Amino acid sequence: MSQKQPFAIKVGPDKEIPLSFHLNPEDFEPASDSEKEELVTMRESVSFWSDGIRRFRKNKLAMASLVVVIFMMFFSFVLPRFYPYHYAQQIRGSEGLAPFEYSETELAAKEAGEKVFPHVLGTDTLGRDIMARIMMGSSVSILVGLVASAIILIIGSTFGAIAGYFGGWVDIIMMRIVDIIYTVPDFLIIILLSVTLKHPLMALAEKPGFGWINRVGVGLISIFIVFSLLYWVGMARIVRGQVLALKEQEYIAAARALGASHSRIIRKHLLTNCIGTLIVTTTLQIPSSIFTESFLSFLGLGVSAPMPSLGSLAATALDGIYTYPYRLFAPAVTISIIILAFNLLGDGLRDAFDPKLKS
Amino acid sequence: MAKYIVKRMAIGMVTLLIVSTVTFFLMFLVPGGPFLAEKAPSAATLKALEEKYGLDKPVPVQYKNYMLRLLKGDLGTSLKQRGREVNDIIFTRLPVSARVGGWAILVAVVLGVTLGSVAALNRGKAIDNVIVFLSTCGIAVPGFVVCTVLMYFLGAKLNILPTFGLTSYKHYIMPVIALSFYPMSYISRLMRSCMLDVLGQDYMRTAKAKGVSQWAALFKHALRNAILPVVTYLGPLLAYTLTGSFIVEKIFTIPGLGDSFISSITGRDYPLIMGTTIFLAFLVITMNVVVDIVYKLVDPRIKLG
Repeated sequence: MSQKQPFAIKVGPDKEIPLSFHLNPEDFEPASDSEKEELVTMRESVSFWSDGIRRFRKNKLAMASLVVVIFMMFFSFVLPRFYPYHYAQQIRGSEGLAPFEYSETELAAKEAGEKVFPHVLGTDTLGRDIMARIMMGSSVSILVGLVASAIILIIGSTFGAIAGYFGGWVDIIMMRIVDIIYTVPDFLIIILLSVTLKHPLMALAEKPGFGWINRVGVGLISIFIVFSLLYWVGMARIVRGQVLALKEQEYIAAARALGASHSRIIRKHLLTNCIGTLIVTTTLQIPSSIFTESFLSFLGLGVSAPMPSLGSLAATALDGIYTYPYRLFAPAVTISIIILAFNLLGDGLRDAFDPKLKS
Repeated sequence: MAKYIVKRMAIGMVTLLIVSTVTFFLMFLVPGGPFLAEKAPSAATLKALEEKYGLDKPVPVQYKNYMLRLLKGDLGTSLKQRGREVNDIIFTRLPVSARVGGWAILVAVVLGVTLGSVAALNRGKAIDNVIVFLSTCGIAVPGFVVCTVLMYFLGAKLNILPTFGLTSYKHYIMPVIALSFYPMSYISRLMRSCMLDVLGQDYMRTAKAKGVSQWAALFKHALRNAILPVVTYLGPLLAYTLTGSFIVEKIFTIPGLGDSFISSITGRDYPLIMGTTIFLAFLVITMNVVVDIVYKLVDPRIKLG
């Protein structure tokens, strides 16, 4: 420790800065082994993922929303496999049952000792189990959200990365395109396309090799087409901004010096380094896609019958709002929970993985 | 500044051009052409009609004529409502939607700004938590859910508000609440985060130090700066109100533009669909351009370019 100096400023309990230009020779002595050991940090280095996951775990709201999302996934994809009724199955004699009500044939079967699974939410006017339809509807909604977000992720990140990486006039032209698509009123074009695409798609489904269109449903396909045409621009802007900053980094120069191709640099270096942003933006895209799908289905432009969606279930239940309000509230509550859970999950991921993005 | 305005307007024009071109070519995807009706016209009638409307000409000529008609503001004639011009339908329906939408926008902005500011000023207190919770729920609930919940409880259960039509001030209450619910939640979230940002700025401390009263500091310094991002939201807000009106007017059977648009879709009245689309697109794009320009004018800190 330093010896007492005549003129010194006390800065700590046992530390003083001498008020002279005389250097303290003790400061220049080689450190002893024990001193060296003190400087070695014993903590393990924290990787990007473990840091993010640790922060995410601390966020109670985000963890709760993750649980809800997992539960909704289970509810809409696993549960229907064990549920005794199919969403399109019309049960004769069981039309318009109230929740937990049995029809006469079902009551007779029960008397005979058979086990009859109750209609938890009753049946609709065509004798279809409403619970089964809501499960199917929420799986359609979640699937639309996931697939649309995947499409947006692929198109948006590729477009944005190319624009940001090449820069110059490529960037200018590509970003002008984005600017223009950004100002297009998306809902109008979505409605217009889903009206007009229906017939050409149906005609296409007749041709050999395109039978899958009918399986997926013309309504769903036109929704996906619309999403992939219009919704990727937000993602493209965000990715471009990230790439513009990242491409000046030394490791990009190093990769280029080693002879890596443009596509390799974009794929292996630029996109992998903005993975946090990509995850967060994609997750926040899911609820907005579900929102759009339910809006379209509610107007009768989304999925085609007999496939249910939460929006179309609510629309058909609207006529019976005074007599069967639960038929309306069940899909309405389900869709609100799904959107809320995905929104909160996205917010939580953003706080954990990409604090800079917080607006 | 002039350069920015010109650039912004040019982008708006290109967008409009693209929207109208897309609408034109989508017309060709529709089976049966624009004269498809319940009673199929005879071949001779069809030929005469095609000649009259110039549909026998090659596509580029048709495109040119269509664009020239658009420039004159002519959107064509409705199929289902015989002889009525699309323009006529739009301008009888628009005022109804504008009244409901205008109230909704007013309510959304005033309440959203107030709630957001109150939440920010009481950060961490119970009222802040309540507002944050409600606005988070508000942006997660689709419009049709809000509508139907209101309709069930206020209309059917309590029976205090009428559920259809638009003849008295009471009729406005539910549609306006339903339409302003989402934007109000969005604005209050936006306002809260901006207000928190502004309240932490140095100039707020300076204002306090030089003895400006709390209210004057709040209104003259904090609110004026924090409200700027809300201005940028006005463009999307108009677009939201228009699309929201499709659902709200369908549910509450309000004879507005949204209702006519939805029934033109279900009734496959193609000229009306196309015409309304172009008109609404024009409205939204113009609004976006105006908002962008106003934003640059209001905030001198924003770099022009």
